[in-house]
Amino acid sequence: MYVAVKGGEKAIANAHRLFAAKRRGDAGLPGLSVEQIVNQLSFAVDRVMGEGSLYDRELAAIAIRQAQGDLIEAIFLVRAYRTTLPRFGYSVALETAEMRIARRISATFKDLPGGQMLGPTFDYSHRLIDFALDADAPAEEPARSASGAEEMANIPRVIDLIGADGMMEEDPAPREDGSVGDLTREPLDFPADRDLRLQNLARGDEGFLLALGYSTQRGYARTHPFVGEIRMGEVEVGFFAEELGFEVTVGRVTVTECQMINQFTGSARMKPKFTRGYGLVFGHAERKAMSMSLVDRALRWKELGEEAGAAAQDEEFVLSHSDNIQASGFVEHLKLPHYVDFQAELDLIRTLHRDAETRAEGATNREAAE
Amino acid sequence: MPENMPLTETSEIDARRRAMRTLALAAPEALEAAYAGFAGLPDWHFARRPETGLVMVRGRIGGGGGPFNLGEMSVTRAAVTLATGETGHAYVAGRNQRKAAIAAVFDALWQNAGLRPRIEDEIIAPLGAARDDADRRGAEQAAATRVDFFTLVRGDD
Repeated sequence: MYVAVKGGEKAIANAHRLFAAKRRGDAGLPGLSVEQIVNQLSFAVDRVMGEGSLYDRELAAIAIRQAQGDLIEAIFLVRAYRTTLPRFGYSVALETAEMRIARRISATFKDLPGGQMLGPTFDYSHRLIDFALDADAPAEEPARSASGAEEMANIPRVIDLIGADGMMEEDPAPREDGSVGDLTREPLDFPADRDLRLQNLARGDEGFLLALGYSTQRGYARTHPFVGEIRMGEVEVGFFAEELGFEVTVGRVTVTECQMINQFTGSARMKPKFTRGYGLVFGHAERKAMSMSLVDRALRWKELGEEAGAAAQDEEFVLSHSDNIQASGFVEHLKLPHYVDFQAELDLIRTLHRDAETRAEGATNREAAE
Repeated sequence: MPENMPLTETSEIDARRRAMRTLALAAPEALEAAYAGFAGLPDWHFARRPETGLVMVRGRIGGGGGPFNLGEMSVTRAAVTLATGETGHAYVAGRNQRKAAIAAVFDALWQNAGLRPRIEDEIIAPLGAARDDADRRGAEQAAATRVDFFTLVRGDD
């Protein structure tokens, strides 16, 4: 039960003032600029864009600054902002095969057409804190190689290399009626098709998906995964403008794509072949894209005739709990006044105690009488 | 694209789309400088004032399959009409309304047959060259991180 509670206005105003001072911190230090956050905290920006489900670097940086680095709070701010904007429509589907590659690796093939491009990565670093890092010093100019650079927007997909031999499942065809589910328009309903599942996972909480993906590796819905390919880079976004009558390029987005290759022993309907889990996320977000692809594959158990029983396979469980804004809203609402609810519970416990005491007294009196 | 559309019109649309793409991908500062430096700009007014909204970006299931909704991006659109009558449009990523307005002005100017060569030479060509340079730099930096595998000779003699 909820009741209106009056009072506390002054306390709230002062708390907000105190909080604003906490945000600013030591006034003797320079304040953070949005450009600094965009440039120097790019992974935080990318996470807020992905889970805020709104690609806009500057906006994500403003939200991160306002939220004092609390990324879920920043995601909340971005989600709230998007509800104030009109939607112009849907883009033409991205062609990740035409990505301008910044990084591309495969764990399944060493020598593959186009090669392995490590790009900018945490991998192979020693994870030692660099106490001597001079944040103001310019970075060394990145190395450049003219050889092989011209093909960087035309790197073949790894899965097509084995797909040609019929050993790899094909990409699913669009629905015949051309419809595409959109959970920002209609509430999620179960069972959900793969388009809706992928939309949900793409904006889902990285930590939640990481834990679920990890659980599949530890034996809960084991899918024997291999990273067929991770690619990260820029893709152009096309939009069909009604008033023009043709498609225009509005810009580019950086995305991370993961093709997770999994074993499949075959079924009555299908020959044994490799299957795939798919991950696609805004920005440079490999951990998220990999987790998404593991969970996507686990959720396909029914279609592939596999046994169910693990959390990561439970579509309703996964899709209903992946959104960190919904989740934190419900968890954190517990902080709001529940005085009347609690008073009712307190009265109940008091009554039960009284009843128990009455019974105990009655028993003692009976014993005494006997 | 209707099949009976004359070829010349198709190629004109393609040329306009290429120019609009270059404007959309240009840095806002570069567009500002190009606008400020353009001599003999005709008067213009907004046919549609700049408006920021969202486009739902679609991915493809498995990378090449049917579409799914990945997430939205901010996009700003504008339309301007020149004193000479042409109407230009712009749809550009982000919330920069000046960028959208300037891109729409250049799209309008591009449609003026007399001005088109100037727009192509003075605006589109340098913006396209700047984008190509940046793309080449990015590609060369990625190419420098390409792994050259080599097998160590094993000493089993």
